[in-house]
Amino acid sequence: MAEEAILGYLAKNEEIGDSGDFASKHGLNHDEVVNVIKSLHGFRYVEAQDIKRESWVLTNEGKLYADTGSPEAQLFLAIPPEGGIPREELQIKLGPLLFKIGCAQAAKNRWVDMGGQQVTRRVQHVDDRVKDLLLKIKEGQVVDQDDIKVLKARKLIVPQTWNGYSLKKGPDYAPQRKKFAADLTREMLQSGDWKNVEFKEYNFNAKGQPIEAGHLHPLNKVRHQLRMIFLQMGFEEMPTDRYVESSFWNFDALFQPQQHPARDSHDTFYLKVPSTTKELPEDYVERVKCVHESGGYGSRGYEYDWSREEANKNLLRTHTTAVSARMLYNLAQDTLKKPFTPKRYFSIDRVFRNEAVDRTHLAEFHQIEGLICDRGLTLGDLIGVLHDFFSRLGMSKLRFKPAYNPYTEPSMEIFSYHEGFGKWVEVGNSGMFRPEMLLPMGLPEDVRVIAWGLSLERPTMIMYGYNNIRDLFGHKVDLGLIKTNPICRLGL
Amino acid sequence: MPTVSIGRDRLFEALGKTYTQEEFEELCFSFGIELDDVTTEKAIMRKEKHLDEESDGDEEVIYKIEVPANRYDLLCLEGIAQALRIFNWQQEIPTYKVANISPKSMLKMHVKPETSSIRPYVVCAVLRGVTFDAASYNSFIDLQDKLHQNICRRRTLVAIGTHDLDTLHGPFTYEALPPSSINFVPLKQEKNFRADELMEFYKSDLKLKKFLHIIENSPVFPVLYDSTRTVLSLPPIINGAHSAIKLETKNVFIECTATDLTKAKIVLNTMVTMFSEYCERKFEIEPVEVIYSDGKSYIYPDLSVYNMEVSLSYITGAIGVPLKADEVTGLLNRMQLRAEKSLSDDNDSKITVSVPPTRSDVLHPCDVMEDVAIAYGFNRVKDIAIAKGYNISKGRAVSLKPLRLEEFSHIIRLEMAMCGFTEVLSFILCSLNDNFAMLNREDDKSTAVIIGNPRSSENETARTSLMPGILKTIGQNKAHPKPIKIFEVGDIVLLDNTKDVGATNSRHLAALYCGATAGYEVIHGLVVRIMQVIGLVPPDDNTTYYLKPSEEPEFLLGTQASIIYKGKQIGTSGIVHPEVLNKFDIPDPCSYFELDIACFL
Repeated sequence: MAEEAILGYLAKNEEIGDSGDFASKHGLNHDEVVNVIKSLHGFRYVEAQDIKRESWVLTNEGKLYADTGSPEAQLFLAIPPEGGIPREELQIKLGPLLFKIGCAQAAKNRWVDMGGQQVTRRVQHVDDRVKDLLLKIKEGQVVDQDDIKVLKARKLIVPQTWNGYSLKKGPDYAPQRKKFAADLTREMLQSGDWKNVEFKEYNFNAKGQPIEAGHLHPLNKVRHQLRMIFLQMGFEEMPTDRYVESSFWNFDALFQPQQHPARDSHDTFYLKVPSTTKELPEDYVERVKCVHESGGYGSRGYEYDWSREEANKNLLRTHTTAVSARMLYNLAQDTLKKPFTPKRYFSIDRVFRNEAVDRTHLAEFHQIEGLICDRGLTLGDLIGVLHDFFSRLGMSKLRFKPAYNPYTEPSMEIFSYHEGFGKWVEVGNSGMFRPEMLLPMGLPEDVRVIAWGLSLERPTMIMYGYNNIRDLFGHKVDLGLIKTNPICRLGL
Repeated sequence: MPTVSIGRDRLFEALGKTYTQEEFEELCFSFGIELDDVTTEKAIMRKEKHLDEESDGDEEVIYKIEVPANRYDLLCLEGIAQALRIFNWQQEIPTYKVANISPKSMLKMHVKPETSSIRPYVVCAVLRGVTFDAASYNSFIDLQDKLHQNICRRRTLVAIGTHDLDTLHGPFTYEALPPSSINFVPLKQEKNFRADELMEFYKSDLKLKKFLHIIENSPVFPVLYDSTRTVLSLPPIINGAHSAIKLETKNVFIECTATDLTKAKIVLNTMVTMFSEYCERKFEIEPVEVIYSDGKSYIYPDLSVYNMEVSLSYITGAIGVPLKADEVTGLLNRMQLRAEKSLSDDNDSKITVSVPPTRSDVLHPCDVMEDVAIAYGFNRVKDIAIAKGYNISKGRAVSLKPLRLEEFSHIIRLEMAMCGFTEVLSFILCSLNDNFAMLNREDDKSTAVIIGNPRSSENETARTSLMPGILKTIGQNKAHPKPIKIFEVGDIVLLDNTKDVGATNSRHLAALYCGATAGYEVIHGLVVRIMQVIGLVPPDDNTTYYLKPSEEPEFLLGTQASIIYKGKQIGTSGIVHPEVLNKFDIPDPCSYFELDIACFL
């Protein structure tokens, strides 16, 4: 109703100067008018300007006097025109409160004489100005400021802020509001109504509705892309599903001497149950013992007393190279029956270190490992394959630092130039397996193995901007982050 | 990798050249060491005392240099400077030699048979006419410390004692005696101690207490005496105060006692070769004869070079860069390896390499080959390798097969995500409590491996199910909007007598639903869905798979079932028991299933 009145009025008139006047003129509730104005303004049918007015309203006491007259007038009228009335009687007639206020005001106005036992009129006739003023205020008429002060002091009126609007036509003014549909419905399609309907403007700045979906873990997304890269490079995946390993395969087979610091309990998880391995290939064990103790195959060996007990100790593998050793040993065993076949192997799986845990280190992490086993491989081949592999990870600017590793010679640390950090960052380790490792296995003498390794976590942390490894891996990970991680584009 | 702290200015003085930090880093990088940190003595002190004082600007700069763990000759300034000078063609390879003295005037060390039960070997040598200054004296002390930490494996394998020879009188004896019969004033102390009391005394010594275990429980302690029964040292714990070396010491007696003779010889050689440059006769070391009770005698140090013949084709063939014999010998000289070309009959040049006593890391021709590659420059090899496209086809198989378990796991993970579940990745390592008591399970000792040396209780075992990790994830994500739907595909570890190591991995799939209600029907539906994509129809008879009511303690009784496939239980499912939820601090009801997926391969 209010909407039609407003739009209709504006069709013929330039403006509505005051929504309050408009409401009372059209017999409308002003609150309702205000709501309609807000909505019309929002849809640009009208342009509304705030109007603020201070006005006065009657208090409950004020309302009472506007009806029944002021206490002083009531008091005056209660006194008989002739003679007078005893104080006590007058008080009973008016009630104590009204009597008290009436007395004070009437005396102030010099309307009555309160001198003796009798209360008497001093004037014949009085005008009840207070009542008149209250009625005027009630009707919204303007009242003299001095009167306001008096009424306010008597707590008969209080100020009130009045909010209203002045309006004129807005840029999208129409005498009648158009109906908008929020969405296309089946009914509209069936009735053909969609032709007559205008659709509500869609808020393209909103986020849309969240999608119910499943999600993959970021570390596994990166792992999968790396698997793809290895497969594209012709590498075969090694079965690494064996976390429990013997010291023999984890260390001794790799020509890692038994006093090597990595074999300390500070670095390796040794098992109490099952504490030792039950079987090892005995003839191979004998060759490994010899190469440690006294060398052979052109080597001096480490010249110490090799202990079988030490080799038998079970542990949680510290690197997937333990699996590589088994694979190479099996490959060597195959050469007893058939000609040697070259291999490219890779794996990405969990390894364990008994290390202090911090923002970048955990007691378990994923190792990425790649190796090539073939006749006549060179250091140049290793560098070539590293260049190929890391270029696919977006790291084509590489350089190599000589390093030490007990089972590779040469050993190279791989550095990549990180544009963001503006410096060279170590990204992995690599090398050629030592003859002392390969020859006791029974591989032909001209077969060499080139290999490299890196962690899965570090590149993933750099890629996804994680500072703390626990935010990426383990039970403290925020599920919300797993759900919002982007796809991994490695190798694309 | 060990780190050596050396004064920058003194190092540059020794190198005869001042470098910018960048230039020095480059030099280190190409040689294979690393400038790890640049600091000052005072900064280190401040850090130790947690002070926040500002540097006053003219403190001596310390370079912390990381060196390869098998290069004991690089554990001191003298060694690093010499190696870099030779690498830079600034110095010839030194020839170390044993002083030519008559057997009669040679110092002698007699070894008593009792030592064989505790620390059987000793090797000795003398540095004559040494001139130390404050810096070289400190370096001498630091080198002993570094050797003790590294090759000596915290003194268990070898312990070094250095003495002012002029305070002692040979011949010496190396004995093993009951602790109560050994009496002496130890280094840095004023009063006399009995060896057993001394061990007690050192239990409160922060530095020495960690070495006590090496001999503590032995009925006899190793001890060295001179001919006047003055104690030289109580290895591997402490030296005597009497023969302590000082800045002014001229003649240094070095003894290394050991359980590993090879390493003792390396340690002795490192000590004497590094510091013989301060001797009156540079690079000359006075020998000591060690005589065992069986009459066998040995003269130390053994500074003989080890000769290795390496064919040129092996070197160039392994590096992949054509090099001439002269180039190779030149490159080897930069790495402190004297090398000469010798002709051979089969047209392949041989290189004869003399490995000096400082290079105990050279075991095999491959070590020589590496040194050629380092001196040539790994990054020059790189340029050639990339230009020539090395390694395009080597080792490549004609046709590859995927690893079935990994491919299958990947496909299942995708299916789980397609079902609207979110993947989590939890730890293999957990506590025994997580694995059993938290799940209301009893440990009957037949399933879980036990780690003998965990640093924390979080690393006591490897999980035998995916459940603890998944429940912990929920406990850590209480504020996450419900319902939560997560899954994991991963390995568990079980004891297995049929395996060589006595344990085996098993590939599991698990999923959890957490919401306002436990929602077992969601988990049930998920099991049916996974079975469907695997190709198994929902059970209308018992030939494929079916759910059989179970009584597992981790689930609520009545709403749990085993998953049976081909008559064998392959998994569990149910509403997680409220007590279990409580233990994992989960306020909302959950349903869960877990199954072995390798059985579908």
